[in-house]
Amino acid sequence: MEITKEHITCWIKKINEKIAENKCYLTKLDQPIGDGDHGVNMERGFQATVNMLETTSYDTVSSMLKACALSIMSKVGGAAGPLYGTAFLRMSLHVKGETIVTEKMFIEALNEAVVGMKKRGRTEVGEKTMIDVWAPVVEKLQEDGALHASTIIQTAKEARNKTEHIAASKGRASFFKEKSVGYIDPGAASSYIIFEALAETLEEGACQRG
Amino acid sequence: MKKIINEANHVVDHMIEGMLATSPHLYKRLEDKHVITRKNAPTDGKVAIISGGGSGHEPAHTGYVGKGMLDAAVIGEVFTSPSAADIYETIKAVDSGSGVFLIIKNYAGDVMNFEMAREFAEMDGVQVEQIIVRDDVAVEDSTYTVGRRGIAGTVFVHKIIGALAETGASLAEIKEVAEQVVQNVRSIGVATSPCTIPAVGEPTFTLKEDELEIGIGIHGEPGIERRKMMSAAEIATYMLDKIFADIEIHSGDDVAVLINGLGATPEMELYIMQYEVEKILREKGINIYRAFVGEYMTALEMGGCSVTLLKLDEAWKELLDAPSDAKNFFVRS
Repeated sequence: MEITKEHITCWIKKINEKIAENKCYLTKLDQPIGDGDHGVNMERGFQATVNMLETTSYDTVSSMLKACALSIMSKVGGAAGPLYGTAFLRMSLHVKGETIVTEKMFIEALNEAVVGMKKRGRTEVGEKTMIDVWAPVVEKLQEDGALHASTIIQTAKEARNKTEHIAASKGRASFFKEKSVGYIDPGAASSYIIFEALAETLEEGACQRG
Repeated sequence: MKKIINEANHVVDHMIEGMLATSPHLYKRLEDKHVITRKNAPTDGKVAIISGGGSGHEPAHTGYVGKGMLDAAVIGEVFTSPSAADIYETIKAVDSGSGVFLIIKNYAGDVMNFEMAREFAEMDGVQVEQIIVRDDVAVEDSTYTVGRRGIAGTVFVHKIIGALAETGASLAEIKEVAEQVVQNVRSIGVATSPCTIPAVGEPTFTLKEDELEIGIGIHGEPGIERRKMMSAAEIATYMLDKIFADIEIHSGDDVAVLINGLGATPEMELYIMQYEVEKILREKGINIYRAFVGEYMTALEMGGCSVTLLKLDEAWKELLDAPSDAKNFFVRS
């Protein structure tokens, strides 16, 4: 399996659709332990990114991922903007200069994204952040050496749900410390959406939906 | 909340327009951005110096934009990091080809956004280096930081690094000196009354009438402890004890002192602090090479002050005294 520009377009569009559907859910998660703007920020950012992809053409997967990174960074805002921006930027750097992105290389790129996000947020696993979804999913993909849609969804869902039981030590939710237990982390929830969208993209192949 | 504002969500924009109107000879605004650069930016053959952070700390950081100090200040919402996108645009706008140096205060949001902007600029081929200022000795990790907070000592970094850049120093030289300056600057703050973020409308914390919070951050983040109000002499002793516990400054050493008002403290009280700090330093045989008293890095209308000591290297004296056009750190040429 190879990852093409069409896959990336489809992935971003699916993320955008799912974010829009779940905007209220994300905002509700963010209200008790954040500042209540995660849903709105993500919707604004990914809609802008979809608009950009629809009106621009790109030579490579790398240049497309870089443009997504820049758009997400500037349009999402908050902490999620730079963190997800970093994820896409690191993926872009890993596949730079490649004409074909293999399954193996794409998994490596996702791992680079995790490394970058950890560094950017000065965060490790277990701190009730988006890393708690990204790290286990990518670890599983590396173990498998392949992109299985059902594995991605299952691992991401379990990881997301686990954040409910963690007390936050990073990010805005950490102001609430033990009181943050009992809530799914909003960043983990939006990260689940990103992986669910990826899994569906892989299942359907490079869709060309408008 | 009683503030002279229009809509709370437009305070930054309106403030920037006021600043531009005040100093049209000095400033220009990066179109549609919360960014003020020098009027003639970029300056050929010079490493550009950028600082910034949340607003609410005025005159930081726009007051330090001018020949001899910063090339640009990036301004966030009140007590909120500026966006990486604005920082990235600023880097591109002020780079003359000689590279860009970022002066970042150690707050999670600021570090994340500045570093993100840096990576994008580097992908465009711009040479970028940075220093993270962490001068506050009060607490290690805090509400918004891993490690120490960056507070008023940052202004000394602006001045020395700004002056160094004017001499044509390379990006590598600037980075090296900035690291040394940061290793030699220490600060600590106290609060007598809280501040209110316009968009929030409520004070960020409360203090009893007879209470003082020691080690407060410039966003009202908790400090070391709350005490019954003390005299200026007692406060100065407490603050300097904390600083001296953290950095060795010996008899015969030269220091620069900065007594910084947090927004609602009369100059009278700041000068009284200076008087007390001077007495303690004199007793220890430490020479005050230069002292600065006033509002340099505020926390909206917070009551209280911070004290900063910079242990001076011989070469830094000249840089501290070098001419500066910056509105809030003017040094005549």
